[in-house]
Amino acid sequence: MRYAAQRLLQAVPVFVATTFLVYAMVWALPGDPILALAGDKPLPESVVRTLRAHYHLDEPLIVQYGLYMAGVFLRGDLGETFTGQPVAELLQDRWGVTAQLALTAWVFELVVGIGLGVLAGLRRGRLADTMVLAGTTFVIAVPVFVVGYTAQIVLGLNLGLFPTAGTDEGWPVSYLLPGMVLGSFGLAYVARLTRTSVVENLRADYVRTATAKGLRRSRVVGRHTLRNSLIPVVTYLGVDFGNLMAGAVVTEGIFNLPGVGQQVFQSIQLQEGPVVVGVTTLLVMIFIVANLLVDLLYGVLDPRIRRG
Amino acid sequence: MTVVSNARGAAVLLAAALALSACGGSGGSGGGSGGGDQGPKRFSVALTEPDHLTPGNTSSSYSITVLQALFDTLVVIGPDGTPQMRAAESVTSEDQKTWTIKIKPGQKFHNGEDVTAQSFADAWNAAAYGPNAWTNNYYFANVEGYDKLNPEAEGAKPATDKLSGLKVVDPATLEVTLTAPFSQFPITLAYTGFAPMPKAAFTDLKAYDGKPIGNGPFALDGDWQHNRQIALKRFDGYTGPRPAKSEGVLFKIYASRDTAYTDLRAGKVDLLQTIPPASAPEAKRLLGERFVPTASGTMDYLGFPVFDKRFQSADLRKSISMAIDRQAIVDAVFNGAFKPMGSLVAPLVPGYREGACGEACVYDPAKAKALYDRSGGFSGTLNLYFSNADQSYEQWMTAVANQLKENLGIADIKFRKIPASDYLSTLREKKEDGPYRNNWVMDYPSPQNYLESMWGAGNRMGWENKEFTDLIAQANAAASMEASIPLYQRAEDVALAEMPMIPLWNWQDQAGYSADVTGVRIDAYSPNLDTISVK
Repeated sequence: MRYAAQRLLQAVPVFVATTFLVYAMVWALPGDPILALAGDKPLPESVVRTLRAHYHLDEPLIVQYGLYMAGVFLRGDLGETFTGQPVAELLQDRWGVTAQLALTAWVFELVVGIGLGVLAGLRRGRLADTMVLAGTTFVIAVPVFVVGYTAQIVLGLNLGLFPTAGTDEGWPVSYLLPGMVLGSFGLAYVARLTRTSVVENLRADYVRTATAKGLRRSRVVGRHTLRNSLIPVVTYLGVDFGNLMAGAVVTEGIFNLPGVGQQVFQSIQLQEGPVVVGVTTLLVMIFIVANLLVDLLYGVLDPRIRRG
Repeated sequence: MTVVSNARGAAVLLAAALALSACGGSGGSGGGSGGGDQGPKRFSVALTEPDHLTPGNTSSSYSITVLQALFDTLVVIGPDGTPQMRAAESVTSEDQKTWTIKIKPGQKFHNGEDVTAQSFADAWNAAAYGPNAWTNNYYFANVEGYDKLNPEAEGAKPATDKLSGLKVVDPATLEVTLTAPFSQFPITLAYTGFAPMPKAAFTDLKAYDGKPIGNGPFALDGDWQHNRQIALKRFDGYTGPRPAKSEGVLFKIYASRDTAYTDLRAGKVDLLQTIPPASAPEAKRLLGERFVPTASGTMDYLGFPVFDKRFQSADLRKSISMAIDRQAIVDAVFNGAFKPMGSLVAPLVPGYREGACGEACVYDPAKAKALYDRSGGFSGTLNLYFSNADQSYEQWMTAVANQLKENLGIADIKFRKIPASDYLSTLREKKEDGPYRNNWVMDYPSPQNYLESMWGAGNRMGWENKEFTDLIAQANAAASMEASIPLYQRAEDVALAEMPMIPLWNWQDQAGYSADVTGVRIDAYSPNLDTISVK
């Protein structure tokens, strides 16, 4: 428990630094977000002035940031978008979509990735291994939007196996295809990590000892080899859950999922500092929690870490 | 065996984490995934998320698509580009300065309120009131009393929130006094920024924006579900000329047009108004008659910084115009869908003349080079300005650059690709030092909308011409729309003779619809959703 509290305390400076950095970066983007609101048409000076004052855009950066953070902590107010929608409400609407998408992708990575990795590791040098290696190399090499559009057209449109876009059919149906696309990249890493790890551990002394003691192969592999092989994989999976949240931008765009990624992309274009900072704050927290969970899991998988 | 129990603990922890996030997730989307159970007689339309749904506070084309179904404006634009009465019985004036609007009796808002002259006055006052900071504020700048609602001085609070130029004579009569004669006034009333608002709106304007109450053939059905959908149902109390032929419309919101197009192909959405140009040939083949090209008022231009000494020769500007092969660019970049232009206004605008520009807009490399040499030519680096909002801008600018290199021998050409959010302020502050992409989206089909907005006082080019300004003023004061046209045409001739901005091409929209709907009649002014019925 103390360990966990300590980790959370460490998160405070990380939190302040990240949010300020993000706020400053959005602020430093060229252009005037208020003038851009009206597109090509003129916006009278009185209107521009009113809007600037409303969003505190006429204040220096540090004051803007201060006012924003004061709003967050004193009133629980995450600010509002330039169209007047409260950021809190917006995130509430969108958060579920991204969480479901990331989770689907993550489970896909976890189950299929580890499965393929173990298969390849146990059959090193044989056909299954070669195929996993070739397949994962291919997935890593192809950009995610190519995978996304191809999967959408072939599996969604032509074969009709999945919905093409949107969230109309709810979870899990609407999230399967985008989840697999989003998870494919991580899956390739998980499979390769698992494979390497399994291969190494199969050669380790304690496995030879276990085999020599006459334990069944299923027990040697299942209990001893796998358990140790999973340490690097768990690290990766933990960090990757945060990555999936952040990396959903492209996938959400292709599959028209109204999630956080889509929102961040739009908000950066519109220079909506409060939205970008609000989302980033949550992402930072997810990264921190995910890493914390990973560290706790280490202890479970390898008692030496816990005691050290 | 503590090891074993710990391993189990980990599994439990993991499972709990999964279960937790799964619950949180599905809870979050529960509200929005109800689109599957739409009724059989409702059709769906692909849309991009609107910014606002208050008529006075949005000029976004996506918002307007929704507002056109929710509201009946006083006037609409007929297929021939002329104004036709809708909520108004008549819009008349003796002197083009004081206008009398008679409103058709018996019209109701979706909440049962009567539509009266007051409903229009209230909506317009709110839009013109500076502190409300609504986007369409400037459309009321020519109504008397506008400056009182928008004081120049910083921090000044307006003394009044009513335009002195609006007078409710009786519930069916609104009198509008403008600051100067304006013959095009009736046609401007077709813009959704002039739609009426009920009394109920003003108790909570913020709530109204998410749940607008209109006077059109469709009413909102439930809340606007941001980034997901906006559902409309037929308004049974509608007494106007265009009752809905369907039970309702479901606007499905897409973040990308490409995805919307994929959904159209998959039969998941019934109408898409803007098929991406790159997919147009394929859509034409797949959809056959259900692929509908529609004329558009949108134009692309190449503007010159006339305030810069190096661009002050009209002959130089004309030679650049003659060195650009518009047709070749349209074919290569836009699949031949756009139309090369030799006029400053779009073809659908009354008063359009196809060859208004004469030979100055006809591609002729030899003549262009001769004129270029005679004008003294151009030395130094030619910077071409455009924004990064769409990749096609760079494509056609590259073609223009190559043609200028080849046909005029301008060797040193550089691109200035500006972030979209910074582009307009760059032009506004006159920071550009070379030709730039300029684009105009028509508000209403009048030559005035193009000429005065872009070549009029305070234009981006820094171009000044008294003859032009006088002709525009005369045309605005003309006795009728018809009488104004020849005067606008003369003004156009002046602008073309001096060529501070070169016309390039006119856009075309490409819509497509599914086999499940009939009666689709999209034109340049409205998707006419009321005429669509479901099979």
